[in-house]
Amino acid sequence: MSKMIYLDNAATTQVYPEVLETMLPYFTEHYGNPSAIYTFADISKKAVDEARGAVADLLHARMDDVYFTGGGSESDNWALKATVEAYASKGKHIITSTIEHHAVLHTCAYLEKQGCEVTYVNVDENGKIKLDELEAAIRPDTILISVMAANNEIGTIQPIAEIGRIAHEHGVLFHTDAVQAFGHIPLDVESMNIDMLSASGHKINGPKGIGVLYIRKGVKIRSFLHGGAQERKRRAGTHNVPGIVGMGKAARLAKENMAARSEKEISLRDHLIERVLKEIPYTRLNGDRTDRLPNNANFCFRFIEGESMLILLDQAGVCGSSGSACTSGSLDPSHVLLAIGLPHEIAHGSLRLTLSEKNTLEEIDYTVEELKKIIERLRGMSPLYEDFVKKQNV
Amino acid sequence: MYSEKVMDHFNHPRNVGEIENASGVGTVGNAKCGDIMRMYLDIDDDGIIRDVKFKTFGCGAAVATSSMATELVKGKTVQQALEVTNKAVMEALDGLPPVKVHCSLLAEEAIHAALWDYAEKNNITIEGLEKPVSDISEKEEEEEY
Repeated sequence: MSKMIYLDNAATTQVYPEVLETMLPYFTEHYGNPSAIYTFADISKKAVDEARGAVADLLHARMDDVYFTGGGSESDNWALKATVEAYASKGKHIITSTIEHHAVLHTCAYLEKQGCEVTYVNVDENGKIKLDELEAAIRPDTILISVMAANNEIGTIQPIAEIGRIAHEHGVLFHTDAVQAFGHIPLDVESMNIDMLSASGHKINGPKGIGVLYIRKGVKIRSFLHGGAQERKRRAGTHNVPGIVGMGKAARLAKENMAARSEKEISLRDHLIERVLKEIPYTRLNGDRTDRLPNNANFCFRFIEGESMLILLDQAGVCGSSGSACTSGSLDPSHVLLAIGLPHEIAHGSLRLTLSEKNTLEEIDYTVEELKKIIERLRGMSPLYEDFVKKQNV
Repeated sequence: MYSEKVMDHFNHPRNVGEIENASGVGTVGNAKCGDIMRMYLDIDDDGIIRDVKFKTFGCGAAVATSSMATELVKGKTVQQALEVTNKAVMEALDGLPPVKVHCSLLAEEAIHAALWDYAEKNNITIEGLEKPVSDISEKEEEEEY
């Protein structure tokens, strides 16, 4: 197979041609600044509003509560830092989980240096947050609970409706990093009691560099970027009109196709998971078996290291990712895999494959066949496997 | 991110395997930080390294540095092998990305550990050889974000 097989859709996705098509006129033709007052700019302004409506629809939110940002990381930073600033009189305690994306975890670490207190609630072996621990962590000075809707590495979907209920019962704001979940699984800011939600365009076949922070009316957080009256004076900077239009179109497509796409992805995902677990020994699936993103498969192969696996997969034309230390630039493997209780040496051998609706059964089967050869080859040169086999033979 | 030489040694590692009843075996690194190298040396009575094999658990750079290290010591005397530094391994591979320099240190340590084992087995002292650190991760500090 000479064609590339792209199985890293949690990293980013292809911009759908129909998304690009809707964006293009806003570069060359309707380039007006939506903040201007002449008629020419009305087209841009209308396009931004339409996109806002599409995102609001997907979240069951009020249109006015959707704020466009430069991406998911900015949204997370804004939600956390601005909440701390705005609610300082109530307290400085934040609750989050041990498996958040670094956009939340590193922001929390930064806030701790500024004098905030952060409780990191543990997850179980499937990556589900421990709700009893979460509730017990709430204090009179707790201002925010921030828990991701679905994990970017192992795909586990969190019980965010439950978390929202608990947060509101205790009068605490609830933010969710929904970058991986947005457009992939149903989200409803009303029924789930979500006060703030981060989302990104490029995870749903929209463009990069555009994101959203949903802020429920009444949540008092202020601007994170200063210098303009855009986004109801809450996010300065000239609107990225083509990006916004692209994200809006992608959101609309995601809403229309969610059921069919999920079904297709789940069937491919389950086929992949079943074959890998059955045909490759000493392998485990990470994350919840059922409450997981439709397109996510995450494995650990014992006795081998992730980066070597990725290089060989790449040479076979398959794009995947790993939580090994070598791929993260640090000495520690993924904090998510450690948080679900995996020992370091097993966490180093992780592989994340995230599918799209465009993948085929043939591609999945080819990937499994290549993977079998790669694992065998790497185990053949692994001193850990050598020791293991010798131990078995004693 | 890797040089052609690194990719060549990763794709076609030289001297992978084990040596039964080796003159010296050294294992360094730890699974915690994701690299383990094991080096087997077959040394004759004249102190010449006749054969060398390795097994490595680790990233592309770890495999490539192990492979290159075996090439650099094969056919050499014990004393010459001792002079194969991590720098020499890196240079022979046309360099490594900065985050992978520790892999070349591991390769140097693996040679030293195997030589140390050889010296102990034969009750000899190899001049200039210090007892190798089995866990090099202890020497490294983690970067702070």
